[in-house]
Formats: sequence, structure tokens, C-alpha cells
Amino acid sequence: MPNTSIMTFNILSILPVLILAGFGMMVLVVDVLSSRKMGEKNFLAYLSLIGVVIAAFLSKNFTGTTLFSFYGAYTIDNYSLFFQFVFLLCAGLTILISKNYVQRENINYGEYYTLILFSTIGMILMASGADLLNIFIGLEIMSISIYILVGMKRTRLTSNEASLKYFLLGAFSTGFLLYGIALVYGATGTISLRQIAVFIAGKGGVLDPLLLAGMGLIIVGIGFKIASAPFHAWVPDVYEGAPTAITAFMAVGPKAAGFAAFLRIFFIAFGQVHQDWEKIIWILAVLTMTTGNIIALIQTNIKRMLAYSSIAHAGYLLIALVAANNMSVSAILFYLLAYLFMNIGAFAIVIVISQKEDSFLKISDFSGLAYKHPRLAIAMTLFLLSMAGIPPTAGFVGKFYIFSSAIKSGYVLLAIIGVINSVIAVFYYLRVTVAMYMRGPEREFQPLTLSPFIFVAIIISIIGTIQLGIFPAKVLEIAQRSILLLR
Amino acid sequence: MEPYLFYVMAATSVVAALYLIFEKNPVFCALYLVFSFINIAVLYVLLEAQFIAAVQVIVYTGAIMVLFLFVIMLLMVDVKKKQKDDLPFQRIPAMVMGFVLLVVMGLAIKSKLFQGREGEYTSAKVESIGHTQLIGKLLFTDYLLPFEMTSILLFVAVIGAIILAKRKV
Amino acid sequence: MDKELFVFLIIASVKIFIVFNVVQVMVIAMIWFERKIMAHMQVRLGPMRVGFHGLLQPIADGIKLLFKEDIIPAKAEKILFVLAPVMTLVPALCTFAVIPFGEAINIFGYHIDMVITDINVGILYILAVSSMGIYGIVMAGWSSNNKYSLLGGIRSSAQMISYELTIGLSLIGVIMMTGSLSMVDIVNAQSKMWNLVLQPLGFIIYAISAIAEVNRCPFDIPEAETELVAGYHTEYSSMKFSMFFMAEYANMITVSAIAVTFFFGGWHGPYLPGVVWFMLKLSFCLFGFIWLRSTFPRLRYDQLMHFGWKILLPLSLFNILITGLIMVVRGL
Repeated sequence: MPNTSIMTFNILSILPVLILAGFGMMVLVVDVLSSRKMGEKNFLAYLSLIGVVIAAFLSKNFTGTTLFSFYGAYTIDNYSLFFQFVFLLCAGLTILISKNYVQRENINYGEYYTLILFSTIGMILMASGADLLNIFIGLEIMSISIYILVGMKRTRLTSNEASLKYFLLGAFSTGFLLYGIALVYGATGTISLRQIAVFIAGKGGVLDPLLLAGMGLIIVGIGFKIASAPFHAWVPDVYEGAPTAITAFMAVGPKAAGFAAFLRIFFIAFGQVHQDWEKIIWILAVLTMTTGNIIALIQTNIKRMLAYSSIAHAGYLLIALVAANNMSVSAILFYLLAYLFMNIGAFAIVIVISQKEDSFLKISDFSGLAYKHPRLAIAMTLFLLSMAGIPPTAGFVGKFYIFSSAIKSGYVLLAIIGVINSVIAVFYYLRVTVAMYMRGPEREFQPLTLSPFIFVAIIISIIGTIQLGIFPAKVLEIAQRSILLLR
Repeated sequence: MEPYLFYVMAATSVVAALYLIFEKNPVFCALYLVFSFINIAVLYVLLEAQFIAAVQVIVYTGAIMVLFLFVIMLLMVDVKKKQKDDLPFQRIPAMVMGFVLLVVMGLAIKSKLFQGREGEYTSAKVESIGHTQLIGKLLFTDYLLPFEMTSILLFVAVIGAIILAKRKV
Repeated sequence: MDKELFVFLIIASVKIFIVFNVVQVMVIAMIWFERKIMAHMQVRLGPMRVGFHGLLQPIADGIKLLFKEDIIPAKAEKILFVLAPVMTLVPALCTFAVIPFGEAINIFGYHIDMVITDINVGILYILAVSSMGIYGIVMAGWSSNNKYSLLGGIRSSAQMISYELTIGLSLIGVIMMTGSLSMVDIVNAQSKMWNLVLQPLGFIIYAISAIAEVNRCPFDIPEAETELVAGYHTEYSSMKFSMFFMAEYANMITVSAIAVTFFFGGWHGPYLPGVVWFMLKLSFCLFGFIWLRSTFPRLRYDQLMHFGWKILLPLSLFNILITGLIMVVRGL
């Protein structure tokens, strides 16, 4: 492990970030200069998609390299590259499912795509930041972009409410995080994760109260971003009020970024004091899973149901965090990728089914879908089964690795609670499937207008879900290689 | 003399902060906050951080709080009207928790658990190099990436203000 | 008390006393100058009766203001209403603390700098203190409980915030070339060549924004008599009014002194002593203010904001960019 990091000012290392920023601004300028009507500005989506693809290729070039640039503030290793890939894929898929949606909902602003790109920058910074300051600034860029994206549909009251709610609570939680960082800095005199680890090792692995308080506050701050209970109260309202494409984005992106930062901070900086935080996270994990799954049972709105299911998924991911072994990192990486595909796929179908002004979002609106649009129903079923963790889907493999990592570290009870929760979850996922297949249509289904964009997004999600479920080995191998520098 | 100045300034800023909380008229609240900020700026000067002190006054009192005052004055909040407490049940738990926090903090300070650490940049070193020069150097070396990324953060905030407030629906 | 501290206190007090009084006298003189110069520009004579060519006119005005009834409107917020003029005047006077007005001299073996205090963030101190002056105006406008006053106060603070930004940015070019925020260092760096030559764009931007910052014609929108009935100080009378009046002129002197320090080489000049040069340059700048007032009509509010944010701000950023590029190319 190269402790003496290469302290270079290497601007090439942030090339993907620069490309995203450049394209983000280009979209803004092009939007202003174009004289076309808002609904006809197709090029905004094309342009931002090109930016994401270029950034993905550039970050692919770094595979296998390990470097510390910007005086050790920015890390490129397999771990951060894996996350970069997840974020860029998430942004790309979101743009694909957004294009027709934003035109339908009359929010086809250049800013929409710019903010998606910028929030991806924030996520990349969170995954690559080697010190608390970078992680914090990344988190802020990501969150502020998403606050705005949530409120983008200004004419709809729920969207405003969601944005305001998310902003106020988010700002509050950011305060917790920042205070935690300040306390950690006060205790250790450094913000670099490695230096904090060195400091703790110097103290023989005992935390002084200042550091302990700081760590607790950091857990609160990031726990909010990954929507873990008891910091989850915002999730259902915000997910419901946000434009559906943004809901898909924020269900995956910030959660993944939050876990990226969570893992880096708690495995690198606080890795030696695992016994000090495992119990807190243990409780968080159980609370999060159980709350999410139980409340999801009684939801009638599909977006709210998926919101609670996303809380539950954060709980499963926390199990692996508690386990804190090498397997758990790869399990989290794998699970996040799987979650990306199944979640965005499910939301894509919600977008296709719903009509203008986000109507028809009740679960009962899905009844009889299988008779009218059998292929859509099959895809939706696939995504829901994957979320429920039923083989041979990606969700099953992901859950399997998470639970086995917990058992490997001796957290058998936690694994059992996780499995029980998965069983509960099957019920509400199946409810939608039952509605689609076993009930007659309760409403007139419009003839399907599946644009090529959303079609491609759904296809990618299906392939991802099945591929990861049947042939997980290759991705797992990549995920396992991505952990080398963590501990 | 410096310790006395510290105590005077620290005490005034705390008193101003208390007034800020207990004052009914929002305009006065904002002005007390300004007062508190200026006191804190003096504390920065005592720590040899003149640049931060000046920036604290320019940014917080000179720009941000003026905008606060703007909003308060334009909204013309009616201070006479008693505002209903929507969450009365929070009051007593909040008081208890606040008291507990106070006790815990007092105990912690008394037991010397919070030991300050002398960092790399002592105030003698800051004085010899110059505070502004030091900040400039650090911003463009060690903290270059966060410094530059902050520009994206601010840009995002500007976009947000425009799209949420300005753009015609 | 040891001797050194004692001497330091004596010298500092004397300097503060002198500077404070000189500024007061200059304010009074400015009022007379303004009336006379504007009168002559408009082919009038101006005040002629009180003293030689009306020289005693400002004193007569002052006495008149002093003896006028001090009115506080019934519905005004009393504390703030009284505090507001003080809060406007004090920052205006405080800024002089860091402006060097002459070369250092030696008296009785003591080295005396011709500046009250040379702090190493001098210009930031000025910007910080002068930004406090906004509160006086905002408070005056609000506490008067008068619509025109409130509008005037809000207009002026919006204007001052906007133009403070460009003031700061326009000075950055000079700061970059000098490599110091201390006013003394900036003056010393100009012993060979004025920054006016090296930073022409910076000076133009500074000049325009400084005029806007002190709410002078053609940017005197907050006071616009015709639309706002004198703006934030409509309700003020007697000494309180005269304090606003003095603050306005003191602010003019401050921004002129900054201009002299930053762009006209401070007190540097041939033959004459530094203090004389400083006063000459200062008077020239102040004359510019009066000249502008008698020449230009007032701008509209939206024009002013538009000009500040869309033209001056990008220009000042451009100036910084060019300065940086030239410094890099020349390897400074």
C-alpha cells in the first residue's frame, strides 16, 4: 500500500469531472442560445448523454492505476473507479428515461440536464475524496443539485413541498455532518482520512470523546443521505413529489455516493475502531430494513412503495458495512450495481405507465397491465422480483453476498433479521405483480408510446439485472479487485 | 491585555446571541446577529487570523445579513401578533435535552477531556509568514481541489436560484 | 506602564486626533467647494454673503442645523432611528485608520509613520468597515416608518452591495501586482510608476463603482429627490441629518483616498512633501466628484443594476484575468 502518496497536481486525474462540468455548462449555453420551443430541444439530452459517455470512457482509461493527485486530496483507485462507473451509468440511464418524460411534463430546461451532470460530479468527488473536506464538498454539490431537481416541476405543489422538505432537512443533516467533521478535525488536527487513521493508531485505537462525538455526527449526516432509519422521514414525500425520473436518479445516485463515502471514512479512517461503531450501525441496519419493509406493506402509491423499498435496501447495505470485511466491500459494490439496474428499470416502467402530470401512480393503476402490455408487465415483474431477491436475478446474488459477508464476520443474528426482512419484502413486491397479472384493468390504458430512449434504458436495465443474476462472476471479480486499497 | 479582550468579546457575542434568540422583533434579531458576528471577527484577529476576520465582516455582516434585513423589512412581519406554537410538546423535551447538553459539556470541559492540539501553523508561524499569504498558499496547494470544486457548488446554487425563482413557468 | 507603550499610545492618539479633525475640516470645506464649483459651472456665483465669497457659509449652515428642532416621528423605531446616523458616520471615519498620507518622519528619535496603523490586511479592513455603513442607511430607511425612506434605504443597500463587489474586484489587479494587502506596501510599490498606468481598466472600474458606492451623482438613486423625497433621510432633521450629510462627504473622501493610494501613487511626488502631494491628489479626485455631479443626469434604477452586474462585474473579472496572464508571461 503506497503510504507515501504521489503528491502531484495532476489535472488529468479529474478529467472525467472536468468533462462533466464542461458539458454541463455547454448544455446551459446551448439551451439559452437556441430559439426552439422548450419541448423541441432534443439536443439537450443528446449533448448531456455524450458528456456522460465521454466521461465514462475517460474514467475507464484509469482502470488499474492508483494515484493520489491534488496533494493527496483526490484518489483514483479501482474502488473509486467502480463507483464512478456506477454514477455515470446512473446519470446516463436517468438521462435516457428523462428525455421524453421532461418533454411531457414541460420541464425540458437545460438546467435539468446540467444539474444531473453536476450532481454526478459531486458523487464522483464523494467516492474519490481522500479527505473529509472533499467528501463534504462533493456531498454538497450532489445534494444541492438534487434539491433543485426535485423542485423542478414548479407548477405542481407536491414537487415544491418535496423540494422544500428535502432542502430543509438536508441542510440540517449537512450541519450534523459538518459539525462532525469539525470535531474530528479538532480531535486529530487533520482532515485526511489516512492521517486520521494514523492518529488513531498512535493512540492505540482508543477514541477520545471528541472524536467519538464527531464520528457519531458523521454517521447521522451520511445516514440521512443514504436514507437510513431513523433519518428516513423525508424519503416517501420527497420521492413522491419529485419528477419520477429524478426519483429514480436520487434513489440510486446519492445512496451509492453516500455508501462510497461511508465506506471510505469508516474503513480507512475509523477502521481500527470497528468495535466503537459496529453496534450503532447494527442498530441502524435493523431499524432501516424493518421500518422500510413494514411501512412499504401498506403503501398504495407505487412511488411511495418504491421509496420505502429503497429505505429497506439501504438497510441491507448497512449489514455489509457492519460486517466490515473484504467481502463486504465487494458485496456492497455489487449490490449497488444491481440496485442501480433494478431500481432505474422499475422507475422507467412507472414513467411509461403514468400519464401527464404524473397521474396513474397508484398500484391499482397497474392492474391488468399484463393483458394490455404483456412485455412491460414481464419487465416490471423482473425488476420487482430482483428487488425482492428471488433467483435468478441480480438482487438475489447481491443479497446472498451481503448476508454471507455478515455471517463470515459472525453477525448471524443480523443476517437472520435481514433474511426475515427479505421475506416480508416479497409480499409487497408481489402485490404489484399480482395486480398486473391477476386483476382486470381498472382504467383505460393508453396506447403505448415507447420512445427509443426509454426503451434502451429498460433494455439495459433488463440485461443488467439478468446478467448480474446469472453470471455474477465477472462483475464480482471486478468488485473484489476494487477493494484492495481500502484496508 | 489580550485575554481580557477575549473575555469581553466572547461575553458580548454570547449576550448578543442570547438577545437574538429572545428578541421578538426580527429586525433587531438580525442586528444582534450582526453584532455577534463582529465580535467573533475580533476573536479571529486575536488568533492572528486577520484575513478571516476581514472576510467574516465583509461576507457575513456586509453582504449576507444585509440581505436578511432586506427580506425581513420587505416582508414586514407583524411582530405584535402572537405566533402560535405548532409543536408545544417539543418544548419540555427540548429544555431537558438542552440542559443535559449543558451539563455534559460543562463536565467535559471541567474534566479536561477536550485537550486542544497545537497544529502545524502556530500563531507565531502565522505572524512571521503572514496570514493572508499562508491562506493563499494553502488554498492553491493542499486545498486546491476543494477550492476549485466550491466554484461548481456555488454555480449550482446560482442555477437553483434562477430556475426556481426567476424562470417563467 | 513601560515607556515604549506610553510613547506608542501618545503618538497613536495624536495621529488619530489630527486625522479625525482634518477629515472633519475637509468635510466642511467640501461643502463649500461643492456649492461654489457647481455654481460657477452653472454660471452662477453661489454663496457670497457669509464671509469672503461665502467662506463661512458651511459654518452658518452647521449652526442652523444645530439649532433646528430634532424631530423623531411618532411611529418611528426610536432606538434604531437614533442609532442609524451614528452607524453611518462612524464606519466612514474609521476607514481613515489605514490610509497612509505621507512619508515616515523622525521626531525626537521616534520613527513615525504617516498612517494611523499599518495593518497587513489594510484594504480588506477598509472594505469590511465600509460595508458596515450600509446598516446605517438600511436602519434609517426602516426605522423612519416611511415608505419613501424604506424604498430609499433598500435601493441604496442593494446598490452598495452590488458595487462593493466590483470595487473589491477592481482593486485585486493592484493587489496582485503588489503582492500585499497593506496600504503602505501598495504606496511604496508605486514610487516609480503609478498604478494608473499599469491598471487603466482597473481604475476606470474602480472610479465608476466608487461613485455608485457613495451614492453620488449620477448614481444618487437612493436620494433621488424627485421620486423618493430624499430617500432614507427624509424624516431626519437637525444634527442627525447633518450626520448623514457628513457621512456622505466622509465616504467621498475615503474612496478618493483609496483611489489616490491605489492608483495615483499615494503620497509619492517630486519636490513637495508627501502630505501635500496626498492632499493635492485627493482634492483632484474630489473635484472629479463635483464635476460629475454638475454634468450628468441621474440613471434609472434598473439601468444601474444592469450596468453593475452585467457590464462592470465581467469587466473587472476580465481585468483580473489579463493582469494574471501578463504576470505569468512576464514571470513575475
